[in-house]
Amino acid sequence: MGRKLLLEHINVPGINTFAVYRSKGGYAAVEKALKTLSPDEIVEEVKKSGLRGRGGAGFPTGMKWSFLAKPENTARYLVCNADESEPGTFKDRYLMNYIPHLLIEGMIVSSFALGAHVSYIYVRGEMMPQIRILEKAIAEAKNAGFLGKNILGTGYDLELYVHPGGGAYICGEETALLESLEGKRGNPRIKPPFPAIAGLYGCPTVVNNVESIAAVVPIINDGGEEYSKIGIGRSTGTKLISAGGNVKRPGVYEIDLGLPAEEFLYSDEYCGGIANGKRLKAVVAGGSSVPILPANLFLKTINNEPRLMSYESLSDGGFVSGTMLGSGGFIAFDEDQCIVRNTWNFTRFYHHESCGQCSPCREGTGWMEKVLHRLEYGHGKMSDMDLLVDVSKKIEGNTICPLGDAAAWPVASAIRHFRDEFEWHVTNASEALSRNYGLAHYADPLKKLETA
Amino acid sequence: MKVTIDGIPIEVEPGTTILNAARQIGGDVVPPAMCYYSKLKDSGGKCRTCLVKVSKGSEKDPRPMPKLVASCRTTVMEGMEVQNITSPEVIEARKGIVEMLLVNHPLDCPICDQAGECDLQNLAFDHGAAKTRYEFDRRKFEKIDIGDNIQLHMTRCILCYRCVFVADQLTDHRIHGILNRGDHSEISTYIKHAVDNDFSGNMIDVCPVGALTDKTFRFKNRVWFTKSVEAHRDCDKCAGKVTLWYKGEDVLRVTGRKDVYGEVAEFICNTCRFDKKKTEDWVIEGPRKVPNTSVMNSNHYETLHPLPVVKTNLVLMEANKEQFERETRL
Repeated sequence: MGRKLLLEHINVPGINTFAVYRSKGGYAAVEKALKTLSPDEIVEEVKKSGLRGRGGAGFPTGMKWSFLAKPENTARYLVCNADESEPGTFKDRYLMNYIPHLLIEGMIVSSFALGAHVSYIYVRGEMMPQIRILEKAIAEAKNAGFLGKNILGTGYDLELYVHPGGGAYICGEETALLESLEGKRGNPRIKPPFPAIAGLYGCPTVVNNVESIAAVVPIINDGGEEYSKIGIGRSTGTKLISAGGNVKRPGVYEIDLGLPAEEFLYSDEYCGGIANGKRLKAVVAGGSSVPILPANLFLKTINNEPRLMSYESLSDGGFVSGTMLGSGGFIAFDEDQCIVRNTWNFTRFYHHESCGQCSPCREGTGWMEKVLHRLEYGHGKMSDMDLLVDVSKKIEGNTICPLGDAAAWPVASAIRHFRDEFEWHVTNASEALSRNYGLAHYADPLKKLETA
Repeated sequence: MKVTIDGIPIEVEPGTTILNAARQIGGDVVPPAMCYYSKLKDSGGKCRTCLVKVSKGSEKDPRPMPKLVASCRTTVMEGMEVQNITSPEVIEARKGIVEMLLVNHPLDCPICDQAGECDLQNLAFDHGAAKTRYEFDRRKFEKIDIGDNIQLHMTRCILCYRCVFVADQLTDHRIHGILNRGDHSEISTYIKHAVDNDFSGNMIDVCPVGALTDKTFRFKNRVWFTKSVEAHRDCDKCAGKVTLWYKGEDVLRVTGRKDVYGEVAEFICNTCRFDKKKTEDWVIEGPRKVPNTSVMNSNHYETLHPLPVVKTNLVLMEANKEQFERETRL
């Protein structure tokens, strides 16, 4: 276990106040960045660090910043995406709740690097306490001269605003977020143009996740090179994982990317294993949108190598036997959980949250929800599984924004890996109402692959 | 700029969308479009029926695009190669989209005024499957009146947003939009009878399905029993160029002049549409040309099967030998 970068001082009493945060070395990155580095140098540091977007897609942050168009006499904006609504993910809320100044510090440095003089933190509407915390933190920072006009005497001006959303999952999609921020209905825009060219109010805009922006702070403090030494391969640095489900110790953990999945799940430092002495059945590794994996495929890749918590290792095997790191919403299911019910629950969420703009997602999510509801309540048919796979295929990739994909993947993967359980719900319909399928063979060791 | 669509090369202006480039070629290679309307800014990209495969991005960057793209909102690049009806992937995806569009559509064509000139009907006929796999209740809404002459039957709506753009762009101030989200979203004025301006009637023309209907024409007649003629009058509000729909001596309905893609040439005002329903109000120009694929044409005009566009243009014919052969083989 290496040094924690984001949550190092999380247990210091009063770390949510400016004075304590400052005394623990906070805002050093702002001083260093504004006084000694040029904006381009900061972008270069972030590029060197190999930091990848922590919101789900994993796109390199430095690269995203360098795509930002810089026309003369046009404002540029940095928008922080704090519309964290993915079922299973609660890392950003934790960060904003307990250490809000880390985000503010990251926002100042990032805004400076991008040349933005007005930046927004778009917070999900349900997170009212966090909005108040952030506003208090911004006021404190402003009093101390870290925000407003002429920050630290460097001549750089920055205004930071917190904007509450209406509480729609779709507003976490970057272009829908911008629409919502402009005061319109939160429908995703059709790309191109990308926000880096025409984003908020038609100006070049960068939208980053809370954790990505917070991670800029240690990158500036220690240097990008130092940051890139943590982690494995192209997955550099640390990641906040919000562990939930049937684990002994649910919560937010900061891990070095590349930590073995088995260690994360079973070591006492992290999740501490499955609660109540049950056995692991399945894992959703990165929030509800990513494909679900049975226990055996989660702990080992298809080639019988131990799976690591990193972007590459989790997606090893593609969609056939892999998943994705996503936004780090780790959900473990024990042997008593019903995968059909869980899949229905996820689909119900996507059905409720689809914006209704493009037809495959609007109609398809509702359709899948109804079929899964029927399966779960014992009225399913054997042909339903093929129907669900087919409908999810028709949605996937044919929509404006990734919500369609996010709705399709959990269904397709659940049927791929847990088809027996779905079929059992059809053949033993009445039994399925009173008991669950159980662990079955989902934790059995993987068969050795035959090498051709 | 030179693009190739299904093997047919064509020169178009920079900034043209793939869909409009295909429309310049015409014939079978034109992707169907339910939400795109060339006269309404920002329309398109929503229904996804016009998805095509870009097998070569451009001359500079020949990589294919990873996903199918909405041809109505994707502009062409120099040397781009597009596959529409030649790509099985596109055909399959389109079939899926049609099925999705029909999932919550009531299929009440026998009592729908739009039947016969309905874009969704044509789309389903051309690209859809014969049966649906959807076995649940469809969404239902109460009929509401939008203004005095327009009725909204939300149950039939496919949420193409065209009427929202009409309200946004043709009229003085926006009075109607979308409420709610997902498959329970609905077009609404929020306040009944709120739409009251001179061009609101164009919502009826742009609606691809029977969700917005003309109350002066509702249940009067089936469109294929009416005879359409083109006519004009001096109007101080609009160009006054319309299509009149006759049954015997009576003008049952007045609409804008629609082209083969269901788009009106010019938007007309409500006075022309709802109030001028006598022959003496109009100067008749002659019968309207109705494509032979339309049911409206049955029993009216005797036309031979007209030759597809490719067969009249020798250059295109040469370039698209494969499609030509397929056409003649059938």
